[in-house]
Formats: sequence, C-alpha cells, structure tokens
Amino acid sequence: MDLRFRDAEPSDEERAAVDALLGPPATAWEGGLRTDEDLRVAAAAESRRDLLLPALHAVNDRVGWISEGALDYICRRLTVPPAEAYGVATFYSLFSVTPRPARVLHVCTDLVCQAKGAAGLCASLEERLGPPGSSWQHSPCLGLCERAPAALALQAGDPPSSAVHGPVTGPDLVAAELAATPETGPADVSETPGSAEPPAEAAVPQAGDPGLVLLRRIGVVDPGDLDDYRANGGYAALRRAFEIGPAAIIREVLDSGLVGRGGAAFPTGRKWEATARQPDHPHYLVCNADESEPGTFKDRVIMEGDPFALVEAMTIAGYATGCHKGYLYIRGEYPRAIRRLTHAIETARSRGLLGADVMGQGYAFDIELRRGAGAYICGEETAIFNSIEGQRGEPRSKPPFPVEKGLFGKPTVVNNVETLVNVLPILLGGAPAYAAIGTGSSTGTKLFCLSGNVRRPGIYELPFGATLRDLLTLAGGVPEGRTLRAVLLGGAAGAFVRPDELDIPLTFEGTRAAGTTLGSGVVLVLDDGADLVKILLRIAEFFRDESCGQCVPCRVGTVRQEEALIRLSKRPDSGDLALLREVGRAMRDASICGLGQTAWNAVESAIDRLGVFSPASPSTFPSTEAK
Amino acid sequence: MTIPLRPPRRLVDITVDGEEVRVAEGTTILDACGDSGPCSGKKDIPTLCYGDTLTPKNACRVCMVEVEGSRTLVPACSRRVEQGMVISTDSERVRHSRKLVLELLGSSTDLSTTPRAEEWMERYGADPARFGPDAATVEQPPKVDNDLYVRDYGKCIMCYKCVDACGEQWQNTFAIAVAGRGFDSHISTEFDAPLTDSACVYCGNCVEVCPTGALSFKTEFDMRAAGTWDESRQTQTTTICAYCGVGCNVTLHVQDNEIVKVTSPHDNPVTHGNLCIKGRFGFQHVQNVPTGQKD
Repeated sequence: MDLRFRDAEPSDEERAAVDALLGPPATAWEGGLRTDEDLRVAAAAESRRDLLLPALHAVNDRVGWISEGALDYICRRLTVPPAEAYGVATFYSLFSVTPRPARVLHVCTDLVCQAKGAAGLCASLEERLGPPGSSWQHSPCLGLCERAPAALALQAGDPPSSAVHGPVTGPDLVAAELAATPETGPADVSETPGSAEPPAEAAVPQAGDPGLVLLRRIGVVDPGDLDDYRANGGYAALRRAFEIGPAAIIREVLDSGLVGRGGAAFPTGRKWEATARQPDHPHYLVCNADESEPGTFKDRVIMEGDPFALVEAMTIAGYATGCHKGYLYIRGEYPRAIRRLTHAIETARSRGLLGADVMGQGYAFDIELRRGAGAYICGEETAIFNSIEGQRGEPRSKPPFPVEKGLFGKPTVVNNVETLVNVLPILLGGAPAYAAIGTGSSTGTKLFCLSGNVRRPGIYELPFGATLRDLLTLAGGVPEGRTLRAVLLGGAAGAFVRPDELDIPLTFEGTRAAGTTLGSGVVLVLDDGADLVKILLRIAEFFRDESCGQCVPCRVGTVRQEEALIRLSKRPDSGDLALLREVGRAMRDASICGLGQTAWNAVESAIDRLGVFSPASPSTFPSTEAK
Repeated sequence: MTIPLRPPRRLVDITVDGEEVRVAEGTTILDACGDSGPCSGKKDIPTLCYGDTLTPKNACRVCMVEVEGSRTLVPACSRRVEQGMVISTDSERVRHSRKLVLELLGSSTDLSTTPRAEEWMERYGADPARFGPDAATVEQPPKVDNDLYVRDYGKCIMCYKCVDACGEQWQNTFAIAVAGRGFDSHISTEFDAPLTDSACVYCGNCVEVCPTGALSFKTEFDMRAAGTWDESRQTQTTTICAYCGVGCNVTLHVQDNEIVKVTSPHDNPVTHGNLCIKGRFGFQHVQNVPTGQKD
C-alpha cells in the first residue's frame, strides 16, 4: 500500500510506547531508518490493521493523547492509511487527538449515578477544576453502579495507572484529585487488604451463600491464584469437556436450554452448533466483555472476582466450536478486570491450560485480550469484530450472520461473559440438572444488577422465575421513608415498570409478555425522589452520544429525540409527543442495529406506562429549571 | 482465450407487492424491483447511498422495504432475495420510514442540490421543518482548498460513497475516511488536513459518486455561486480521453461552449465511472483559444 504522510514526527516517548507493543521496526518499510539493504529489496510490509487499536492505546496510555506524529508512526508500523487511523482514533471516547493532561477524571453521569447525585459531583469539580473537557469529563456508565456516584481516574504514564472513586462526595473527589497520586499499581491481581478499591465481593451481597452457582467463588477464591481456583472446583468442567468431546458438549448446552445473557437471549447451543458446522476455517471465539449498558456491572464482578472461570469457559467454548483462537474484548473502563484477566490468561498459559497443547489433550487454544476504548456500540456483536480488526466500531449489516462470516470474515461465535460462565455448571452438573432450575423456557440462574434507590445494591443471583418483588425484597427495598416510583428493567435499551407490576416473573418470556425486557439484567430502582424527566433526558443523551453515526434513523433520530425531550421537559406539547413516536418508530423499523432499534424503548415506556409528560400527571414536571 | 461461463443461477419465487415473480438467486431486492427486473410496473424505490459501481453500504436507509417475517424493515439495495420472500415496497410502514428518513436528512442537511430529493419529499409527505428552527444541522462553510473540486459538507448525508471510491473499492488512495462518531461523524483527512496536504490524487472519483452535490467541480461550484449554472443549457458528449492509451470514456458537460464538468459512463467497461486527474480535470487546454480568435 502506497501511503502518504505529512511531516509530523513522533516524540521519543511516543515512539518508545509503540515499539514496546510492536517491537522495533524491522525495516524502513515499516517506519525504521532507511539502510542500503532496504533499497535493494522491495519488501512491502503487510498491513497489520488489527493491531491499530492496541497501538493507539499504547500511545494514549503513555502520553495521554494521540498526536499526529504518533498516529503517523503507528500507521507506518502497521501499514494503515493515516486518514483511516484518524477515523478510528476519533471514534473512541477514551482517546483524544488534541493535547490534554496526563490525568483525566471520568465522572459517571449516567442513569444510576445521576439518580445518586452525580450532578453534585460535577458542580464541585466545576467549581474547583473548571468546566469539563480537559482534566475531568462526563462519562457514560462506568459499571460501578453499586458504588454510585462514582468516578474513574485514568493516568497516562509508564506504567499507566488508574483510581476508582465511589461512592464519593464532591469535596472528597476534588480533594482526592488535587492530591492525585497513582493509586493502583499493575500488580493488583489479588485482593489486597487496605487497597483503595473495595474487593469484588463487596458488590455481591449474597457472597458466600452456598446456594450460589455463578457467583459461588466470588469472595471465596483469590482471583490471582490458579491453585486456589482449582482447589475450588476450577478446571473440572474443562476436564469433563475433554472426556465427552465437542459434539457432546454442544448437545449438553443445547439440552440445558441456555440462552445468551447479553440481552438478545439467543440459544447458545444453536449458535455453537452452527459455528462448529461451518466448513470454512479458522473459526474464532469472541467473548463480549464490552459491558456498557447503563446500570450493568455483572460481567465486571465475575471478571474481577473469578477471572479463571472465564478463561476456563472460553477454552471449553473454543474446543466445542473448533476455534483455536479466542478474543476477549473488555471495555476500557474496567482497568481492574483487565489486569486480572491479563494475569489469569498468562498464568493459565504458563501452566499448560492455554497454548499449543491444552491440558495435554492435543488441543491448541489461546486467548488474546483486547481492550475497548469507550464505545457502547462495540458491544454489538458485529461492531465488536470491526473494533478488533482495527476498523471503526460500526455494526455490520446482517445477513451474513457471525456464524458464517464474522471476525476476519470467518465463522465466529460471540458470547457474553455471563453466558460463557454458565457453561461450567452445565458441564459439571449435566444438562438435565441445569434445565431443572428456572422455568421451562428460561433455564438456570440469572445475575441481576440492582442499583439506584435500594438499600443493598449489587449483583444478585436468582433462579429464573423469581419475581421482581422477590428481588427487591432481597435487596432491602427502597430506603426508609421512601416509596417506589418505577423500576427500569434492561437498562437504557430496556423499559420502565410501575410499582403495581412487581409480580412480573423475571424470565425472558415473563418480561416479554409484560411488554418489557430482561436485557442484560439491569434493575434500576427509582423512588419518589427521582426526577423521571431528567432520567429520560439522560437516556436520550446517552443514545445520541453513543450512536456510531452510520445510519440516518439513528444518527439524526437520536438527536431529534433528545431535542423533543428537552422541549417537553420545559412545557407539555402533544405535537412533540407525536413527533417522538414517529421518530421512535422509524428508528425501530429502519436502524441497522439494536442500538437505534431500541433507542426509543425506555422513553416510550415512560410515556405509556408511567404517564410521564401526560397532562394528567403534574408530578412529572417537578423541575422546570431553564436549561 | 476462453471465458468460463458462470454456473447457472437458480431461480427463486418471490412475491413483490402481491405479484409473484421469479428472479435469479442472489439478486438484490432493488435489482429485482428495478427496470431490468421481472416486476410489472416500475417500483421506483428511492436510493441515496446506493451506487451502481459500489458495494452497498446501506447507511441512508431510504430504500427500506418490508419483508414478511422480518422484525425490522430491510434495505432493498443490499438484501438478497430468498425463496418465498414476500416483499412490500410501498406499505404504510415503508412509507412512514421513508418519510421520516427524508425528514431527518432534510432537517439536518442541505439537500438543495440532491437530485430527486424534492420529488421524494413530496411523494412521501415529508416536512423537514417540523423539527423546529433550532434543530441541529451539519451546516458549515464549504471547504475550498484547491482549484479542482470543492467539499461542501453542509450537504453531506454521510453515505460513505466517496470514502469507498477513494479507498479499497476503486482508487486505493485512502485520502479520506469517516471520522468522529454519531451526529458529529464527518468525512475527513487525517487531522482535518487540507486536501493539498493529504494523499488525494485529484482523480475526482469521489465527485463522480457523490449523491448530493456535497462534492462538486470548482467550475460548477463557482457557477452556482454566480447563478450561471444551468443544466438545461448543457450538452453531454462522450468521447475518448486523449491523454494515454488506456482508452477511458469521458463525458464532457458543456455549457455555452465551455467544458464545465467531466464524468465517465458508469457502464463503461474501462472506467466504471472512474478517471484520473488528467481525464477528469485536465480539460482546460481544449478551450485555450489564442486571444483574438475567440468568438
């Protein structure tokens, strides 16, 4: 490829950061110094486009932003046109192509944190540090919902570091930021007493309960210790998998009735079977850990508390579907989960549980961890392929489906973290025992992310079939003296339910029959103090921010939806309500992917089920402050 | 030399707006409904991001049709027919979606030079003004940074065609790409550098495929600004480019005896609508008449 560059040169630090990832350049063809030897051979470098995102991370981690010199150097090293690399770098919200401080504080202003006082945090920060945009900025959901309101500080350097605050008050956050010292070193793979960030099990109120299945090891095993994991039943499922072979594993998963836990609820066994059957090779496994649905933090807790379980489950999935390579795509806002999984993968590899000969069974499988960079859309099952391949994280048009043409155009199975770890109990206890839990069409147990105005927020594990009331009771209900106003099920792409609908069974079929959705398991509880209109505005802002911009209904529709909601928040207008419905319907009908198709769900349910903006309910206009 | 015959394509039965027809497997719905398709009566499905020389990107969503059994509408330009497919090209749902897409585009983008936009707006009853005077737009000054063509991104609907034509589908120059995200996404060189500093080779193949006039010849841009651009007074003459031996067909658009624009026939087997800087923009010498000899 014939590339043209401008005259920008990388700084020594930027060059070192890229070389640390890619190694020193072999020839002048890929960014090295020109030698006489280079003039004799015309060795056109092969494009290594899929390393673009890791290389951008390398520079952003070291310097805090990506300069033109750094971008050009990356492009020379990987043989990628600079215009395209610029398009990729500007796609992700964690990257900056303009100078900014090395330390940036990301303050979550999303649904849960907003309900818990994020506005106060922002006001304090603005007073002391100035307006958002440079040293601190607003962020979509950070997945720290049980600790809301929360913030994440990312500090560039060698090595980069991070710090998590939550729950935190405005003055405390300002004080912590002004004192800013890198808090978490790279060695944070085990729980260390006295560490600034609470251990993973702090998010699991049921921790230690013997009835738990998916969460049973959280708080019990040391997440940094493979031997501890094995002593607690780890790698027994993989051993069983090798005993029964790929076809029998798929049969077990089919019989178990397991369906995907990421939100779409597609039968996992059918996906595996379809991938395994594809004649085209290689096959790829992608674990979707880009958990970004506002209010969702279950995958983070699993990855932080029981990382080896995910490594084992991915190995089983890879074996069953004929993959030799698995990609684990974790959102960039989860530094601790990334550290722990990196450690778990390295440990498993050094102990022969990953690599050329897994467990001495002659099966080769390895996992590559890829880090997202701030884009909700990359959790879409085809956008995740583009992101891994080094393209902009835009969803692809289906068909063809991933099982036929997925990552690198090859048959690919994509599963959510929670879906994968369900495979362990299925193999250990057998499909019939697993299918006996839950209801006929929703089998097994489900993780629910309780947040908002509840006494004990956190991740709860319940068999399918429990009602919303059971779950709220378990979490202690709303705080003393408060009454329940609404529950948002399924996150920003989900739907609201009323306090008189708490007997909805929490199953895929039950929620569907009630006109709502389980989605990724978000249960955001709002009491009578919550400002529903503000919540709706935040949902609209979220979709407008996170739309990739590829298709018109979503790119412009999400903007028009937000504009109409802002107008409605100031004065009721039946014309704007009608407009919302029409735009919402077009987004649902004509958008390429699930983001646009669901961007109107929550707003619609708030209007229809909660009566927000209805003239009969004046209480829905509690705040009339001018914007 | 023998050209191997392609294996015969199976025919599939589909129903379009109640009419049962047979088309070759692998045909897109758009082709099946188009002029050369088997359907009686022209369906005239509107398209914007579809290009006859490009792989469909299906980003504009104006060609959506209803397929029985599908949860959402499907893009006619890229969805291929399947046995038993039942398609509605003009149902209420389809018309609603097209109306809204045109309204969303019309309210955010300047469609004044988009061929047929006005006709479609009228056909579907689209009223872009109903989003109010404060609706966000992509309005911005045109980028005039070279003498050959102008980028007026206030007219850009983000169809991706220029990026595809510049990149791997035709020119392999990769001077431009989509940058940013969501409503802020835009076509850009690296770090928004001027074209003259970019990898651009001025083949103008992006101008050739632009469906809205966001990309135009500098001559056309200047004449529009002066109010002298008048397509009814223009003639089009297709000839062969005289610069080299490839034999590209060039179509000269002439107004008042001056070449004002050069295109190439999309069905020309040599060019598929593409030219190089010489064929596209190197026409001035034709009209350099010595002073005094001009009429």
